[in-house]
Amino acid sequence: MSVKLRLDQVGMTFRTPNGAFTALTPVTLSISPGRFVSLIGPSGCGKSTIFNIVAGLLEPTGGRVLIDGAEATGTIGRVGYMLQKDLLLPWRTVLDNVILGMEIQGVPLRQARQRALPLLQRYGLSGFEYLYPNALSGGMRQRAALLRTLLFDTDVILLDEPFGALDAQTKLQMQEWLLGLWADFGKTVVFVTHDIEEAIYLSDEVHVMATRPGRIVESMPVPIARPRERSATLTPEFMAIKQRCLALLMAGHDSSLGEAA
Amino acid sequence: MAVQDTGVGLVRAPPAPSARQLRSVRRLPVQKDWPMLAILAAQIGILVGLIALWQVAADRGWIDGFFWSKPSAIFATLIKFFTAGDAWTDIGFTFRSTIFGFLIGTTCGSLLGLSFWWSRNYAAIVQPYIICFEALPKLALAPLVILVFGLGLASKVAIATALTLIVSTLTTYAGVKAVDPDQEKLFYSLGASRFQVFRKLVVPHSLPWIISVLRVNIGLALTGAIVGEFIASQHGLGRQILYAGNTYDIALVWVAVLVLSTLAVIMYAAVSWLERILRKGIRQ
Repeated sequence: MSVKLRLDQVGMTFRTPNGAFTALTPVTLSISPGRFVSLIGPSGCGKSTIFNIVAGLLEPTGGRVLIDGAEATGTIGRVGYMLQKDLLLPWRTVLDNVILGMEIQGVPLRQARQRALPLLQRYGLSGFEYLYPNALSGGMRQRAALLRTLLFDTDVILLDEPFGALDAQTKLQMQEWLLGLWADFGKTVVFVTHDIEEAIYLSDEVHVMATRPGRIVESMPVPIARPRERSATLTPEFMAIKQRCLALLMAGHDSSLGEAA
Repeated sequence: MAVQDTGVGLVRAPPAPSARQLRSVRRLPVQKDWPMLAILAAQIGILVGLIALWQVAADRGWIDGFFWSKPSAIFATLIKFFTAGDAWTDIGFTFRSTIFGFLIGTTCGSLLGLSFWWSRNYAAIVQPYIICFEALPKLALAPLVILVFGLGLASKVAIATALTLIVSTLTTYAGVKAVDPDQEKLFYSLGASRFQVFRKLVVPHSLPWIISVLRVNIGLALTGAIVGEFIASQHGLGRQILYAGNTYDIALVWVAVLVLSTLAVIMYAAVSWLERILRKGIRQ
């Protein structure tokens, strides 16, 4: 099986006045094309560090990032990266926000808008194209931010807790929406969340991380057939995976408590 | 109500004033707005009343008409000022120094403030100089500026520029520093160059800050121009005021101040209008 994104012994150590601080012990990870992969873990486990390294915003102190087998360490503009905040520019309309990636890549404005308009209409933002972001609800803003990431047109997209700030109901809607989008576009998605159920429901594989030092403690596949019904979250196999994740996260929690004591 | 058993019978205790009874209840105070016309009438009435009082006080000798002058004399001087003298030369001179100083100071200041985004080292090096210049009372330099730039327009423009430049610089820099680092991160993750981040993020983000200084700066530029004329000049409303004061022509002082205020109000209104247009343009 081919590999779309590969982290090869990627590690990150920061120098601090109190000595070296390991944000991420060397991590090796291979993700096949079109997979939906989630990282879960407590804050400070290095999720954001991994994302920043893959996006080229942070030079790792060790290891390499490979995309389609080609060296991509420390280069920007190769993957779509959606940060926790929607980061829509308040002085641009939704349409002009969504085409930001294309615009920066040098696509002529008219052409970029032509490509974006049908997608906005198809993915639930019709009627909002020419509004400014402050007129949109949290869910709508998140949709716009995600479409901006998709329209950047990279094979790999990184989503850092995109639904973290939404209410439970909107979150469920957005998950369905995201799955639809993922099925249509066939992107390789790496997804960070604190929500175990969200991670399992959306993903093909879940990687559980732990803190001090940041590392991946266990990777588990989610062998539930797609398309998934919401009721899949109630099946024994789903429960078993959830149980395992919880156990891992709690274990990490206890050990860090013991350390502090 | 509390009831006590006294043994003789049931006697009602005297009612104690409870908080409930003490609570004062009244209607919500409502202020009624007067119609626009009534407000305007009151405003005009006050003005007319003050002028009339001034006139009467001077005529009756309650105040010294020589030092205070009086409305009738001021009005006569005003007519003479516009018909006999070269009023428009003076007005034009002050107007030009103000506008040039305003434009140069605001533009250069904004560009300087924006330029700090490009290099943290450069910003750190320049910072103390900016702060020194900001703390310095710029008007103290005015005599020096007159010596260097001469008696003409250039020295007035220079003083007006000095007053407006730093305000623009510091405010624009505050806007630049308020750019969300995550927003920059987003731009870079999309493969942006530094110039693209500057043009598409830093400049539009700082525009509201730049615009917010315009109204302050028009006032400062006018102050600079007038002070320049006070010190040494052959034209301008500031020179008129100084000249009239030195020759005890108090009515002329008032006339020049009146014309100056009118000029200030017009420029202020123009800049406010410009500000509204610009704000609408960036829609925030």
